[in-house]
Amino acid sequence: MASIVLYLNNSAKDITFPLLEDRFQFLNPNTSSDSSFSSLAGTVRILLCVANSPVNSETLDKYPSLECVVGSTTGLNHIDLAECRRRGIRVTNAGDAFADDAADYAVGLLIDTLRRISAADRFVRAGSWAVKGLFPLSYKVWGKRVGIAGMGSIGRRISKRLQAFGCSIAYNSRKPKANISFPFYASVQELASNVDILVVCLALTNETRHIITRDVMKALGKEGIIVNIGRGSLIDEKEMVKLLVKGEIGGAGLDVFENEPVVPQELYALGNVVLSPHRGGAVPESLLRLQEIMIANIEAFFANKPLLSEIELE
Amino acid sequence: MRWPSFFHRRRRKFSSPQGRNQNLHRALRILSVVSSKLMENKGVLMTCPMSSYLEEQLQKRFRLLKLWDSQMKADFLKQNSQLISAVVGNTVLGADSELIDSLPNLEIVSSNSVGLDKIDLVKCKERGIRVTNTPDVLTDDVADLAIGLALATLRKISVADGFLRNGLWKNSDFGLTTKFSGKSVGIIGLGRIGSAIAKRAKAFGCPIGYHSRSRKPNANYKYYSSVIDLAANCQILVVACALTDETRHIVNREVIDALGPKGILINIGRGPHVDESELVSALVEGRLGGAGLDVYENEPEIPEKLFQLQNVVLLSHVGSDTVETCKAMADLVLANLEAHFLGKPLLTPVV
Repeated sequence: MASIVLYLNNSAKDITFPLLEDRFQFLNPNTSSDSSFSSLAGTVRILLCVANSPVNSETLDKYPSLECVVGSTTGLNHIDLAECRRRGIRVTNAGDAFADDAADYAVGLLIDTLRRISAADRFVRAGSWAVKGLFPLSYKVWGKRVGIAGMGSIGRRISKRLQAFGCSIAYNSRKPKANISFPFYASVQELASNVDILVVCLALTNETRHIITRDVMKALGKEGIIVNIGRGSLIDEKEMVKLLVKGEIGGAGLDVFENEPVVPQELYALGNVVLSPHRGGAVPESLLRLQEIMIANIEAFFANKPLLSEIELE
Repeated sequence: MRWPSFFHRRRRKFSSPQGRNQNLHRALRILSVVSSKLMENKGVLMTCPMSSYLEEQLQKRFRLLKLWDSQMKADFLKQNSQLISAVVGNTVLGADSELIDSLPNLEIVSSNSVGLDKIDLVKCKERGIRVTNTPDVLTDDVADLAIGLALATLRKISVADGFLRNGLWKNSDFGLTTKFSGKSVGIIGLGRIGSAIAKRAKAFGCPIGYHSRSRKPNANYKYYSSVIDLAANCQILVVACALTDETRHIVNREVIDALGPKGILINIGRGPHVDESELVSALVEGRLGGAGLDVYENEPEIPEKLFQLQNVVLLSHVGSDTVETCKAMADLVLANLEAHFLGKPLLTPVV
């Protein structure tokens, strides 16, 4: 008999996981009949959290036998991790399912921002090349100093890619990483003062909310660039918009925003900003890998074996 | 050159090491002044606007003539032909046979580009005219852009940017794109730029194949003796070779078909490398997966059908158009001109 997994989708996303549907029996509060649901709700041990569906105390109260939450994203700021820890519930995330694609995207946004690729594409499609002549000069990528805020699996992949572009790498994270030889800075402020490009790929927690302050961005300087593929709330968005509009920082490549899908309209007019709808990991190949990782986590759970991508709950 | 006599008197007077040092500095200052005077009178023809920094420096150091100052180019050349010792051209307007013939005192063509397809090299050789270009300084910019174009095309970065700027995210999801990491990359031309592209693509885990006139002994990538074979065995085909008679339309219908409906073409070489009308049909009909283009057959004209497509990224020949590289290229043009007029070895001669 297939193992029962609680399938929670209160996000706006219409995502399915066909590989999991084949292997497990999903208990879906949105579609199960009242009688079958209420009898199983009390005994189900594992929850699959779809996209950024919130998992908080209220959710956990409904399912008193839960022992494990299987996330389907890299970032887990929609899950009350402190509450999970308190209840002894283990949590897994998407592991490295999206890591390569997120790293590719960060590099793509970085090159686009400095070399004005999207802006030039708009220029050409508007018919301006024949009429207005040369597109303005952009800025070199090769050899720039890059600071990575958050040296996890995505940060490492970004570093490897950018080194091939002659970039020097420095980083900040909670503490120095044992097997990373790049220069470490204890604060994001110090990191920003010593680089030309700041790539933000931290997890969003209470401690990291608005970690990129106005001062950090000013430390980056007038030609400095920010690339954010973490979460919108890592950056003080209001301050960032002001600095970009006034030309006090050089540009930004943004895949995430504080109140998605709302994007500050002041950014629309800026040619040194690239805007993206939180698509950093969204390729079909990574969804396949995600399902493999989630299947591995669920099967390991039921077999009482170590989970594949369990995160440390502090 | 004979030194002025006062120089000799001073040399005898200052025979101590300190004196010799002062003497050397004075000599260098004199040399610098004399050199500047020499070059101020040299007529340099700039073929078209290309860099305001280069224009300023040419104006400062030489007698600059701008071909675009006059509507009647033929008359302008006739009036000034005797004065012109050097031409500074680029990928838009170089030094063709007609221009070279009209300049009897032409000594050097210093191109503000690495590509030489707009210069009649045969004629230059015949007339003993030196030719220089700007290799190396722009390699990184062009390679960076090639990868940027591939990422923008596959991950639809520019389309997504437009989606947000048009306020569409509020009501709909953007949808999935397609992976870049690990896709096989085929490079036509493994020179400086091709090698630089390969190095970057490798960092994304992309297997690399290449085609060139002959196998490169030091290249650790798979060699294909035909472009069609290369195209059939890669998912991203990059054009990075020089434009010559042999490489014109090197990417033709057969190559495009071999690349196929999931393949993408990146062109940072020259527009005429690709049969553009075949490319457009293939994209419109879905026989080719996408394209990232920095160059076109008849710049600045671009086939309008491409504007309707979301699987293409269109740039305006900006491969080396960064602030940093423009200055580096201009400095190389200037250095080559100065070396020539001062009788020193050219820095980056082609002929």
